[in-house]
Amino acid sequence: MARDAVYPGPVMTAELRTSAGESLYPRLEPLLAQVQKPIQYVGGELNAQLKPWETADVHWALMYPDAYEVGLPNQGLMILYEVLNERPDTLAERTYAVWPDLAALMRQHGVGQFTVDGHRAVRDFDLLGVSFATELGYTNLLEALDLAGIPLHVVDRDETHPVVVAGGHAAFNPEPVADFVDCAVLGDGEQVVGDITDVVKAWKAQGRPGGREELLARLARVDGVYVPRFYAVSYGPDGTISAVTRTRDDVPERVGKRTVMDLDEWPYPKTPLVPLAESVHERMSVEIFRGCTRGCRFCQAGMITRPVRERTITGIGSMVDQGLKATGYEEVGLLSLSSADHSEIGQVAKELADRYEGTNTGLSLPSTRVDAFNITLANELSRNGRRSGLTFAPEGGSERIRRVINKTVSKEDLVRTVTTAYANGWTQVKLYFMCGLPTETDEDVLEIADLAVEVIRAGREASGRKDIRCTVSIGGFVPKPHTPFQWAAQASAETIDHRLRVLRQAINADRRIGRSIGLRYHDGKPGVIEGLLSRGDRRVGRVIERVWREGGKFDGWSEHFSFERWTQSAAEELAPFGVDLDWFTTRERTEHEVLPWDHLDSGLDKEWLWDDWQDAISEEEVADCRWTPCYDCGVCPTMGTEIQIGPTGRSLLPLTVV
Amino acid sequence: MARQPDGPPPPPTVQKLRLRYAKRGRLRFASHRDLARALERALRRAQVPMAFSAGFSPHPKISYLGAAPTGSASEAEYVEIGLAVRCDPEAVRAALDAALPADIAVLEAVEAAEGAGSLADRIDTSVWRLELPGVSLAELQPAVEKFLASDVVTVSKRTKNGLKDVDARVAVASASAAEEAGCAILHMVVRQVTPAVRPDDVLAALAAVADLRPPSPPRAVRVAQGRLDDTGTVADPFGPDREARTRCQGEHATA
Repeated sequence: MARDAVYPGPVMTAELRTSAGESLYPRLEPLLAQVQKPIQYVGGELNAQLKPWETADVHWALMYPDAYEVGLPNQGLMILYEVLNERPDTLAERTYAVWPDLAALMRQHGVGQFTVDGHRAVRDFDLLGVSFATELGYTNLLEALDLAGIPLHVVDRDETHPVVVAGGHAAFNPEPVADFVDCAVLGDGEQVVGDITDVVKAWKAQGRPGGREELLARLARVDGVYVPRFYAVSYGPDGTISAVTRTRDDVPERVGKRTVMDLDEWPYPKTPLVPLAESVHERMSVEIFRGCTRGCRFCQAGMITRPVRERTITGIGSMVDQGLKATGYEEVGLLSLSSADHSEIGQVAKELADRYEGTNTGLSLPSTRVDAFNITLANELSRNGRRSGLTFAPEGGSERIRRVINKTVSKEDLVRTVTTAYANGWTQVKLYFMCGLPTETDEDVLEIADLAVEVIRAGREASGRKDIRCTVSIGGFVPKPHTPFQWAAQASAETIDHRLRVLRQAINADRRIGRSIGLRYHDGKPGVIEGLLSRGDRRVGRVIERVWREGGKFDGWSEHFSFERWTQSAAEELAPFGVDLDWFTTRERTEHEVLPWDHLDSGLDKEWLWDDWQDAISEEEVADCRWTPCYDCGVCPTMGTEIQIGPTGRSLLPLTVV
Repeated sequence: MARQPDGPPPPPTVQKLRLRYAKRGRLRFASHRDLARALERALRRAQVPMAFSAGFSPHPKISYLGAAPTGSASEAEYVEIGLAVRCDPEAVRAALDAALPADIAVLEAVEAAEGAGSLADRIDTSVWRLELPGVSLAELQPAVEKFLASDVVTVSKRTKNGLKDVDARVAVASASAAEEAGCAILHMVVRQVTPAVRPDDVLAALAAVADLRPPSPPRAVRVAQGRLDDTGTVADPFGPDREARTRCQGEHATA
């Protein structure tokens, strides 16, 4: 009933305050009748779990700091939700960013940030775990903390407040949110959440000795857990960091990441959540391997998740079977950073297609490397389901820039691959590119237009059809920590916008071809802010707080993102330190500069990263260590891990009819 | 010419089932699209042998009838599904009910009778029950009387094309006030006209004629749907299918 009627509701009194773990739903329900898409706040999804509060010793609230429709399908959160709830002594519930319409009503009626499972107050939990896939969720963290009634700053919290734990890829540089998060967890979460739970459980059972300080000190000794407050940062006169030193000698000097070995032992999510509401991925996903050693120099995920660990074909088969039965989804995404690289991908696709013949069940690979694509694989993937579009990510427009980023594929191979797809009945091909890569010029970007024109021309000829389409999707490159490009100067928003403009003109130059090419792009401004947050240090925390105080949230949404609010806040909050937005973004770093994340160990050797950065500038490639000798990136020896790949030689057994 | 996928066309529809289901509790906040998604997935989990449309993007044969608004509960939502294999309606009902969340209940299933007409033709009216927390019968009663005594009550309503004035009175066939546990209850029979008059439109009309302004949002339940006859009764839309079935069974018995 989205009418403009205003319902004052009952007057808030002290008696309305709930006891720990009590449901806020009766007070939330009248508010839900007044907001957009209320279904996202009611929980009760298929495969959701709800435990009695008293049965658990440790209570986790798990947050994805974006809208429900984006957060619900997140694999990481779903995995931890199951892993934690499988422990009889632990309860885990989910919470998502609340849209401004409900947030305003919650403040008006005194209803705090709540979980969607039990509608319990986040304030009541022992831990609030927040998964940061992107840095643009930071303002949503502050909004959630404020709505929850948790002090924004770690120094203002006492032992009754939840311990705020950041995870996800952005946690590899949590310095910009160091004022707001008690801990950051580096690497795979499956095992470390159990270790954290054990520590919290023991501390509570002992009567909370030493208060919050002692709990955090104990957590800081858990492998993979970084507690920023135990590390002091000092700065030199030029604004760079002079040193990061620990303030207690019982915490590690450098914090290393966690790595789960043997993915078959961790077949999560076993029963994926299925929302009633629409979400961004209307399919279930099975992670077929973790890590990537292709060595794309822009790719933080590929750098920080090494080494490659494959799930076996039989492991994949049983997860697909169990997941489909548990969800009723019609499509299974075979997820990883480069799924066609799985050592048994051809067999996996064929045997799954055989198994689900005649059931309208589709398989998909989120994106395919041009050099790993083959038409047999593509045909198997679309055999039983819908023949949706194909997506390739060449990332760089010219062969030269593709050598710089170490994603080498020739123009001929690219055109041939895409043309083959058109000839085999696909009519939609999506090509992903980045703009603003190191050493890039206008010419590199303009080659994207040549490529797209060539693809359409050759595609029309090969397929004999006029209605084929090619969508070019392009965004600004943001240099990330723990990659060879961590030293690079980020291109300014003006540079990005200029290159996008000339690209658009080039694509539209010949309308007869241009009408078959779609161009989807994002302007350069959000990327600059993402760059500030990605490579920022603790001084950036003030900027985040200022932006949030002035109403900033949902920064990943163009209708909510305000570049002006960010630039103005950055100018004012960073000026006292003698640095500015450009200093953090468009400034190239020197070899020996102390980077804000140097004390956080992804396993990658900083010297190797620097050498690879130099190789990038001289357009030299590096091969994949799965198929060529080790080039000493440092991860396996530092972390005590090794590459785990097949082929296993096994095959999928036919399912028995129940 | 549109291209066709290789292989044989999908099997035809051999049986149509009509279902009545309820949305209750928290799932009153589900929209029509949310419910449609949940139903399609539940049909798969329940392994109901659905008939599919042809083409590159086959879709299961499901037709939905006008859904209760987001935020309203309902005991009478209707859907028709096409099956590729004949099934016992009760078995499908039970399997589907088990596969859906607890707050969605599949209440009845009947086989669509040949030549008995479409379901849509048998539904033109909704029966509503609105709980009004914080409102007493003494407040509601005179407001309802005033509303019924009016010939026209115009309220403005948000539509796709902006605000639009509609007459909330003309659609209301009958309305009465009651009280349960100190909470006023509004019962009403509302014709499904275009543009639609929904419970919140009637509430806006009560505010307009009698300045009735509930402190909290109402809890609305669609109790029934069907065809309104001259006596003011709303007929069960499955009636003709059930009659045809009884007749059919009767003929079998005599043969």
